[in-house]
Amino acid sequence: MSKVLTSFMALIFLTLSVPAFAVNPDEILDDAELEARARVISADLRCLVCQNQSIDDSDADLARDLRVLVRNRLVEGDTNKEVIDYVVSRYGDFVLLKPSFSAKNLFLWIAPALFLLIGGLLAFVKLRNPDHEKVSAPLSSDEKDKLKQILNQ
Amino acid sequence: MSTELGHFALILALATAIMQSILPMVGAARSDTRLMNVAPMAAVTCFALVLLSFAALTQAYLTSDFSVLNVFENSHSLKPTLYKFTGVWGNHEGSMLLWILILAFFGALVAVFGNNLPPTLKANVIGVQGWILVAFLLFIIFTSNPFIRISPPPFEGQDLNPILQDIGLAIHPPLLYLGYVGFSISFSFAIAALIEGKIDAAWARWVRPWTLTAWMFLTAGISMGSYWAYYELGWGGWWFWDPVENASFMPWLLGTALLHSALVMEKREALKIWTVLLAIMAFSLSLLGTFLVRSGVLTSVHAFATDPTRGVFILMILCVFIGGALTLFAFRASSLRAGGIFAPISREGALVLNNLFLTTATMTVFVGTLYPLFLEVISEEKISVGAPFFNLTFGPLMVPLLLAIPIGPLLSWKRGDLLGAMQRLYVAILGGFAVALVVIYVQTGAPILAAVGIGIGIYLIIGSMAELWMRAGLGRMAFSKSLGRLKGLPRSIYGTAMAHFGVGVTVIGIVAVSAFSSEDIVAMQPKDQIEAGGKTIIFEGIENAQGPNYQVQIGHFTIMEAGREIGKTTSEKRFYPARQMPTTEAGIVTYGASQLYVSLGDPQANGGLVVRIWYKSWVTFIWYGTVFMVLGAIISLSDRRLRVGAPAARKTKAAAQQGASA
Repeated sequence: MSKVLTSFMALIFLTLSVPAFAVNPDEILDDAELEARARVISADLRCLVCQNQSIDDSDADLARDLRVLVRNRLVEGDTNKEVIDYVVSRYGDFVLLKPSFSAKNLFLWIAPALFLLIGGLLAFVKLRNPDHEKVSAPLSSDEKDKLKQILNQ
Repeated sequence: MSTELGHFALILALATAIMQSILPMVGAARSDTRLMNVAPMAAVTCFALVLLSFAALTQAYLTSDFSVLNVFENSHSLKPTLYKFTGVWGNHEGSMLLWILILAFFGALVAVFGNNLPPTLKANVIGVQGWILVAFLLFIIFTSNPFIRISPPPFEGQDLNPILQDIGLAIHPPLLYLGYVGFSISFSFAIAALIEGKIDAAWARWVRPWTLTAWMFLTAGISMGSYWAYYELGWGGWWFWDPVENASFMPWLLGTALLHSALVMEKREALKIWTVLLAIMAFSLSLLGTFLVRSGVLTSVHAFATDPTRGVFILMILCVFIGGALTLFAFRASSLRAGGIFAPISREGALVLNNLFLTTATMTVFVGTLYPLFLEVISEEKISVGAPFFNLTFGPLMVPLLLAIPIGPLLSWKRGDLLGAMQRLYVAILGGFAVALVVIYVQTGAPILAAVGIGIGIYLIIGSMAELWMRAGLGRMAFSKSLGRLKGLPRSIYGTAMAHFGVGVTVIGIVAVSAFSSEDIVAMQPKDQIEAGGKTIIFEGIENAQGPNYQVQIGHFTIMEAGREIGKTTSEKRFYPARQMPTTEAGIVTYGASQLYVSLGDPQANGGLVVRIWYKSWVTFIWYGTVFMVLGAIISLSDRRLRVGAPAARKTKAAAQQGASA
């Protein structure tokens, strides 16, 4: 939807990237376990020349280079974290689709919990101390009579 | 000639909108009936003028009048007629005109169908609607005018972006805009109420059908866009957490919250201030979405074609409307009297919980979408926030919300019995558990999360029916009597059940397609075969052909099951010379709820072809679920209580409450 919508609504992109056709058969590692790890890592890395695609989804040349790079590192025995750290050291934080848990991203990561907490507290306080204005309107004499009737039954 | 007529009509529409924005409101303030009566006339006239203008642009597209710059830039004489028509809104200027057309349309609807409103409220609502019209008409006339001519006219146009040359463009944007812009009515109602300083249950009742209508269109529009992307982009993704998607998703989330809080306000006169705020924010997020998309701030890498004046102009509109509305809110909110009280565990409490989670989810999407921009401005550091972030934050927020869905309607107003509600849901809870266990058993090694997800979906599906079951007294009394009760239930209860049922269906689709799909990427020679989803797919070969305005490679595939041919499909790679752009048309075959999805890649040196084959388990549930949600909205809209006027509504409301307490 991203590209359809973007191109329709924004028309910002004179050159939309080619419809994605990502991982090619010649890139796939023989070791299924390593390949699976490569796919997981790729899904979290951004194709730097694309709009909002992971290198796993993009068919841009740069994405392909990165996919091959990730696989080469894995074959050489890197852990997932080492691979990602290596890619970040070369391309910067921009390459991470899942931002790091660092000081500058602190607000981003705690925002959902923060909103939930504040919202929940506000709702709780409001519910405990609602405005009684309307509800506590005194009973009319008719109502008082009725109440007496009921109580005396 | 007709182009100039359209241009002129647009300017006249601006003049009319200015009248619409001032006279009725002055009339309302002075209780001057004559001035207030300008409102419906102006609104309808304005709509007619914008419609005329839109028709003129359409005419230019259909006749390929390349002397109009907008047509030259976005059309081509060889383009199929349908795409000439839909191409009208397949570009910035034209889509803004569609935006305004729908805005004027909603204003006219209030003018025509708003006879049950108090005269001052009606005048004010149409007046506020007029302000929005003025702002956007100014925007289109001064920064995005679709009627500019060029001389000498070129012989051929530059064609429409090929990705947009699809039936999806005919359906998706109009639906999406009907939703986006539909929230303007809720907004206008909120502002009008703040201006009058009066707001009550009747207000909530008037607003609800409009909100529901907008929500329904937005649901359909987002769903349609998702399916369009799924089949058009050639890799079977259906949601990307792209900023542009988020821009449409945020008003949807908040609109959903608004629907639920308006319910509390209508029934119990509680949450008034909150509901008004939601009505303001839902449309504000629509405006924000328009700004994000139009200005291109979020996609600065590719924003070279964007005119900065447009961005600044919309930013101004944004500031005036959101800022103005919130200022008004701040001044007037305290004058709104709070309504009925309720215990935390009650129907109201459940709806507050719903609002809490939906609002938090909206804020999460909001922060995630805008944080990179924010960080770049304050520190010049560039980061990305993509799907993994949203899945990690948004996903967990949805779980409690989904779990609460069936419980809410079973709690009574004011003070509910949570244990009792849970007991009544035992069938749903057990069903969910059982299915989750079955999933783990059948798909050994299935991720536990997937099993839990499917279990939640089943729980939702069964649980959504619980209210109907209870209200009808099924199992507690004679069947025929229950049936009679079912008939007597208000339609909105059926609407709620249907929509919640749809949520369950969508949840199952999302979980299943993420957990159980298969993917194969292979280089194939003709007559090669591959297994997917229990079927054998044979690649028959490639054929080159010529479309109306593109060249195409068509891959033919035969699908076999148990040695028998059960179908054929083709997958295409197209090339559009006018824009020098390729597109893919995936081959999609549906089996039950699942789909086989075949996409072509690059040719190999040895004469083979890269083919990607997915078996997307239960993927269609994602969109079927939204169909149920839309149907739920339609059923609810047909409820008599929403259609009748306010005085009569009070009577039926009292009757309904008696019915509920009986």
